[in-house]
Amino acid sequence: MAAIVGEFNNTWDDPRERAPLVGRDHDFRSLTDTVCNVTERPFRQVPIGWYIAFAISSSLTLVLGAMILYLFCTGVGVWGLNNPVGWGFDITNFVFWVGIGHAGTLISAILFLFRQKWRTGINRFAEAMTIFAVICALLFPGIHVGRVWVAYWMGPIPNQMAMWPQFRSPLLWDVFAVGTYFTVSLLFWYMGMIPDLATLRDRARTRIRKIVYGLLAMGWNGSARHWHRFERAYLLLAALATPLVLSVHSVVSFDFATSVLPGWHTTIFPPYFVAGAIFGGFAMVLTLAIPARAWFGLKDIITLRHLENMNKVLLATGCIVGYAYMTEFFISWYGQNRYESFTFMTRAQGPFSWAYWTMIFCNVVAPQAFWFRKVRTTPWMMFIVANFVNVGMWFERFVIIVTSLAQDFTPSAWDTYSPTWVEYLTLAGSIGLFLTLFLLFCRFLPVVAMAEVKTVMPQGEVHTRQRIRFDYNPDEPRD
Amino acid sequence: MQTSGVSTIERPGVAAPRTDGKLHALLAEFDSPQTLISACERVRDAGFSRWDAHSPYPIHGIDEAMGIRMTRLPYLVFVLGLTGCLTGIGLQWWANAADARQFGFVPTFLQGYNFPVSGKPFWSFPANIPVIFELTILFSALAAFIGMLAMNNLPLFSRPVFRSRAFTERVTSHGFFVCIEAADPKFNEARARTFLESIGALGVERVEDHDEAPLRNAWIKRGAVIAFMVLLIPPAMIAKAWTSKSNDPRVHIIQDMDNQEKYKAQQSMPLFADRRAARQPLPGTVARGDLRSDDHLYRGIVGEQFADDFPASVLVNESLIRRGQQRFGVYCAPCHGLDGSGNGPVNVRAMELGGSWVAAADLADDERRSRPAGHLYNTITNGIRTMPAYGDRIKPEDRWAIVAYVRALQHARHADADALPPDLVEQLKDR
Repeated sequence: MAAIVGEFNNTWDDPRERAPLVGRDHDFRSLTDTVCNVTERPFRQVPIGWYIAFAISSSLTLVLGAMILYLFCTGVGVWGLNNPVGWGFDITNFVFWVGIGHAGTLISAILFLFRQKWRTGINRFAEAMTIFAVICALLFPGIHVGRVWVAYWMGPIPNQMAMWPQFRSPLLWDVFAVGTYFTVSLLFWYMGMIPDLATLRDRARTRIRKIVYGLLAMGWNGSARHWHRFERAYLLLAALATPLVLSVHSVVSFDFATSVLPGWHTTIFPPYFVAGAIFGGFAMVLTLAIPARAWFGLKDIITLRHLENMNKVLLATGCIVGYAYMTEFFISWYGQNRYESFTFMTRAQGPFSWAYWTMIFCNVVAPQAFWFRKVRTTPWMMFIVANFVNVGMWFERFVIIVTSLAQDFTPSAWDTYSPTWVEYLTLAGSIGLFLTLFLLFCRFLPVVAMAEVKTVMPQGEVHTRQRIRFDYNPDEPRD
Repeated sequence: MQTSGVSTIERPGVAAPRTDGKLHALLAEFDSPQTLISACERVRDAGFSRWDAHSPYPIHGIDEAMGIRMTRLPYLVFVLGLTGCLTGIGLQWWANAADARQFGFVPTFLQGYNFPVSGKPFWSFPANIPVIFELTILFSALAAFIGMLAMNNLPLFSRPVFRSRAFTERVTSHGFFVCIEAADPKFNEARARTFLESIGALGVERVEDHDEAPLRNAWIKRGAVIAFMVLLIPPAMIAKAWTSKSNDPRVHIIQDMDNQEKYKAQQSMPLFADRRAARQPLPGTVARGDLRSDDHLYRGIVGEQFADDFPASVLVNESLIRRGQQRFGVYCAPCHGLDGSGNGPVNVRAMELGGSWVAAADLADDERRSRPAGHLYNTITNGIRTMPAYGDRIKPEDRWAIVAYVRALQHARHADADALPPDLVEQLKDR
């Protein structure tokens, strides 16, 4: 995965000429061939790395299933939670996975609204990553409730008990926020994929592929009238997903911020959580993109420039997160609340200080490497830094949740938390589920938004070369 | 620019298009997005209305070149977004802040109610904003997606243009097409073909209408409808189970420790000779607080006789008599009257009605005055003639208090005014 000789380098910045986003003289047809080849190549041509990764991740997924079964049959006592520390790995994993998803929506929606053309190369699988991360995230609140068979009480479903949920609780806001987020992300992902599924349908050789892709593509035929409404719907979804993604992690942070616990009860949480989510999400996009582009010959489409741009986002959001850590400490001193200052001093010096300093190193120190251009443009280096960030963002949530719960106001109520083997394996299993879904996606769905990439190729940009006369035909049908 | 190297749609080696069907449209291929846009302007200017351009990606400027009107999708999204907003407000108000008593006509399982949380107001708007916001987004997004599909008449799996090999091979990859339908009022096959060739088409192909396409779409639609109906069966069964009554015990999938492998008090149990699950107490077992060994206090008896005086644990003083007066007013006065003479309203009414009623006694007559205190106590405890037993509803101490008050009544009914203290006489004179 090293920066092999001959990798297409488009990271130069020249004000006279825009750097190309697709490398090596691709045209529409070769682009289609390259992307479709990822799903169409026979099994023996799939790189061995994919098989090894899939074997490991699917085994971990089975472990996840076994751990969940054990949990359901035995009860939440198989976890190491106790009375002050009622949230441990479960909610840490939930916040971690929800945060991962945010980068996908940022790339697909916010960068779309800002007309960042480089998003087209990576948006499809960043969105896929969002979906899979949110699936992993939804798992944890679902299984941590103890009696999972009544988890449907969280929704406003009319029932024989004539019982409604409590709508003024942040935990219920979570249900609506994450549920809406998953639905909208899924719609956005699937709708954007329809034209590319039609491409796969039209290239399908086997009957099963023809039927499956045919059904998924819904009979898309590239009609300009369809494209018109499609683009409008896409713009609307982007405009809706942008405030949504900001709201989701804000609501997740309300789970903590609206409590009175020192270390949780701070107004900085919503922006701090959103920045952290984007930070952690971009790290995960890089973690997935770097091997995937190498395995499937996508280096000309997900170019070094794409990776460098993501590294710049990572550096910026990493600095925001570091600033938020400093602000928390400053406020705990400035606010002169002895419980709050105690909590923060305990984070840095107490029993979980190893977790705290791991977080600081991974989230604040490690991304500073991206100030160096060499690191930003060398895949194996950024892979290492991105994985530091993945680890660091998990520890951030762990530190926030566990240190605040373990030692709050009354020393007689303090306790500590040590996770059990079940919790470790459940975390590993959720990573396995995430990677399994992602590896299957790489193999069976269009990993790059071909239609969108074609719009940013030099051949696709018509309006710069040709003046179009503007005139409505009075006979044109209206919607 | 394209590398396909194909200059016409009707290439050699491709099966010759069928010509037996009815003409649906003429399909023309163009070599680039630029020529497609120029062609679209020409087709638009020629006045065709039932035609379309097809491309592998959305081409900037093609809407204007074709004269496509701005879609009304945003209005739909706005209206549905507003609906989502109002749904969020309504749902939360109904579920957490609606006073159930006002809406008695709503079935119980749909009824909202006031949801008290820490004494806060039932309707506290800031706390309701997140859910309102999320529902607004959710409804809008669903409207954008479903509205786009519906306006585009998707899904529609079988289309006449899909019969063209050239179209399906290239339109989703690198081909650019214009398709003019035969149903267009200005359509004439020969002239349209010449026209398309004159505006730069690489080739023009007949697209024919065969019966299979609409038939296949119809079958797919029917299949979808049937699948949807099948999916409705489980919720319909749940709804039926909710609204119907049954004598069978409910289906109890998740036990929740409701049924445990243990014996309960009234069950039979083969292990013991008497086949009862519950063991009997040992002979002579007395329940806690039920010993009641003081016969004087609990039964009014000393030796074999009714006691003449009060038990040692009951201190006779004014407060006991006051307590007795209060209890007498509650339990005794309805029949015996406030003065104990037997003129209580229940007794008066019962005497008027006749029947088997035995008149309530005058508690101050000579017979009752001569009875020992224990006898009065016993009568209160166990009742006599039509008077019920009050032992189960008046505590022993209160029964003795009533006895003390009855003694006071007996004394008062037979006392002279001279025996009263002088200040009390003065008070009575003022009445």
